[in-house]
Amino acid sequence: MATRLIIKTKDLTQIYGMGDARVAALDGVSISVHEGEFVAIMGPSGSGKSTLMNILGCLSRPTSGAYFLDDEDVSGLDKVELAGIRNKKIGYIFQSYNLLSRTTALDNVVLPLQYDRLTERTTEERKKVAMKVLEMVGLADRVEHQPQELSGGQQQRVAIARALVNSPVLIMADEPTGNLDSKSGAEIMQLLHDLHNQGATIVMVTHSTEIASHTERTIHLLDGKIDKIIGNGKKAKQ
Amino acid sequence: MKSSEVFNIAWAAILKNKVRSLLTMLGIIIGVAAVIVMVAISAGTEATISEQITSLGSNLVFVQSSFSRGGAGGGMPQGGLVYDDAAAIAENVQGVGGVVVEQSATESIKADGVVLDGITLLGSTADFPSVRDMDVAVGRYFNEIEVERKQKVAVLGASLAEELFGTTDPIGQDITVGNTRLVVIGVLEEKGLVGDVDYDSRLYMPITVVLDKFAPTQFAKIMGDSVRLIYVEVNDQENLDDVILQIQLLIAKRHDLPLEEADFTVTTQQDIIGTQEATTAAFRSLLGWVAGVSLIVGGIGIMNIMLVSVTERTREIGIRQSIGATPNDIRWQFLTEALLLSLVGGFIGVIFGVGGAWIFGSVSGMRTVVVTESIILAFSSAALVGAFFGFYPANKAAELDPIDALRYE
Ligand SMILES: Nc1ncnc2c1ncn2[C@@H]1O[C@H](COP(=O)(O)OP(=O)(O)OP(=O)(O)O)[C@@H](O)[C@H]1O
Ligand SMILES: [Mg+2]
Repeated sequence: MATRLIIKTKDLTQIYGMGDARVAALDGVSISVHEGEFVAIMGPSGSGKSTLMNILGCLSRPTSGAYFLDDEDVSGLDKVELAGIRNKKIGYIFQSYNLLSRTTALDNVVLPLQYDRLTERTTEERKKVAMKVLEMVGLADRVEHQPQELSGGQQQRVAIARALVNSPVLIMADEPTGNLDSKSGAEIMQLLHDLHNQGATIVMVTHSTEIASHTERTIHLLDGKIDKIIGNGKKAKQ
Repeated sequence: MKSSEVFNIAWAAILKNKVRSLLTMLGIIIGVAAVIVMVAISAGTEATISEQITSLGSNLVFVQSSFSRGGAGGGMPQGGLVYDDAAAIAENVQGVGGVVVEQSATESIKADGVVLDGITLLGSTADFPSVRDMDVAVGRYFNEIEVERKQKVAVLGASLAEELFGTTDPIGQDITVGNTRLVVIGVLEEKGLVGDVDYDSRLYMPITVVLDKFAPTQFAKIMGDSVRLIYVEVNDQENLDDVILQIQLLIAKRHDLPLEEADFTVTTQQDIIGTQEATTAAFRSLLGWVAGVSLIVGGIGIMNIMLVSVTERTREIGIRQSIGATPNDIRWQFLTEALLLSLVGGFIGVIFGVGGAWIFGSVSGMRTVVVTESIILAFSSAALVGAFFGFYPANKAAELDPIDALRYE
């Protein structure tokens, strides 16, 4: 493929515990995700989906194996460097939204910009950037609302806006519709599709085959290993 | 993250739990207020004493009899200073502004139909007003000739004049002190209370008259013309040591004693203030310990609540980490919160301390002087305590694993 590689892993292994309690949550996972791809991760409970997401999202480091994110070897980075990567290159969408309570939608979205030490922006500029993203996810009229004043779907939109605000190269979504009813879930999936169509690279964990079928590829995990990778009959964007 | 943003987050966290924050600050508030109040009390006492000393007049040297010398006289106090020693100092010592000897007695006074009992008579030499910083309001003070000739003249303290004569002019009026008639020649300016001495209610007259007519205490009778204390005013502070030496040599010679066996001591106001300072220094270090302990207790309170806060906000910490907060970002956020708690506590403590010192002063009647240094000291110790006890919880927060923090319910 001609597009650049966003994710490239080689033999990712994550071991928890020692001795008899030793668990290989991930066992030699090698995957590649190209720019603009929409990939689903599926598998039974305990198969290592969250563990893989955490490593791909730079929230933790693998016990062994290599991970190149956007051509940068991140498996050897320290805590501070990983924080920088999370801030600039990755946007998270969690099942439970994970917004700061008693903080307005706007302030929640501004947050990643505040932790961005590479780009100089005034408070006004940050607000402007955040406003733009909130508009994009269709929440222009809710920016001053706090999470507890928003519906689940709206909260997830705020979370998506927060994930997008620093223009990351990779969007990680761990069961983004898991807490939503089917209607709001469909709306969130539509939003992710729109993002995908605009060129975003998305890796999403889901339990639903239906939702997985929206993506281009599904990676099936089993006992910490790749069970199979299935194309969903859609072409990756070039 | 900008420091103003860190400040805003910390401030919001404090406001979120107002009651809890206030209770947390209580230790600091009490500690800081206690320091300020107690220092204010000790400074007030100190100021009163040093005022008493300086109100005796500036650049004073005290020549005092010391009766420690045993020997002949069958146990009777012997030697010491005599009235003529004062005159000798005035005459022979260079650089002396005035020399005053005092002798007091208590008598009843009659004038104009008014009778006052138990009035203090203060016999002195003519230099008294200048040496003791007293001003004459009307008339004049008596002079050297009047002292020498035992003239029966009197000068009234301000409130005494008021009591005896009311609005009529006392100058030239006769008063009867005991059985002796004196003529009033002056009234002193109001001086007010210095310590517990009321200079305004006294009657002032030549010391020779007191020694002659108002045979004071039994003790003084035995002592004859001996005096306990001679006040010597030095013209120039720089000559102080020289004047002291001159006095010592002169009196020792007059008493025919070697300097080492002198029957008198010469002290300066500085000596007295020095002794005073030593006692208050001891008191202060005690205060320091009390304050230190209460601030540490306050600090532990802050640490406790910060640990609770870190636990409660574990998930928030995880969220911040997941979007790019570094360990230092988190550390600063919680350290700022601890600092802010202690600073706000310190600030409230300063207000309570200053107010408390004032209230204590007006309720107890004790003088309190709020010392700026005590405010600065108490406030900065509070800040230090906040930083010190905030560090451990802040570090704990910074070291949280993002995944564990995010999973925390
Ligand atoms: N911190 C940990 N300590 C020990 N074992 C862990 C830890 N985290 C995960 N594991 C183990 O690693 C394996 C993979 O867990 P993981 O959370 O990745 O599964 P999952 O696919 O996300 O499951 P689910 O669908 O239930 O979320 C499991 O056996 C789990 O018990
Ligand atoms: Mg999981």
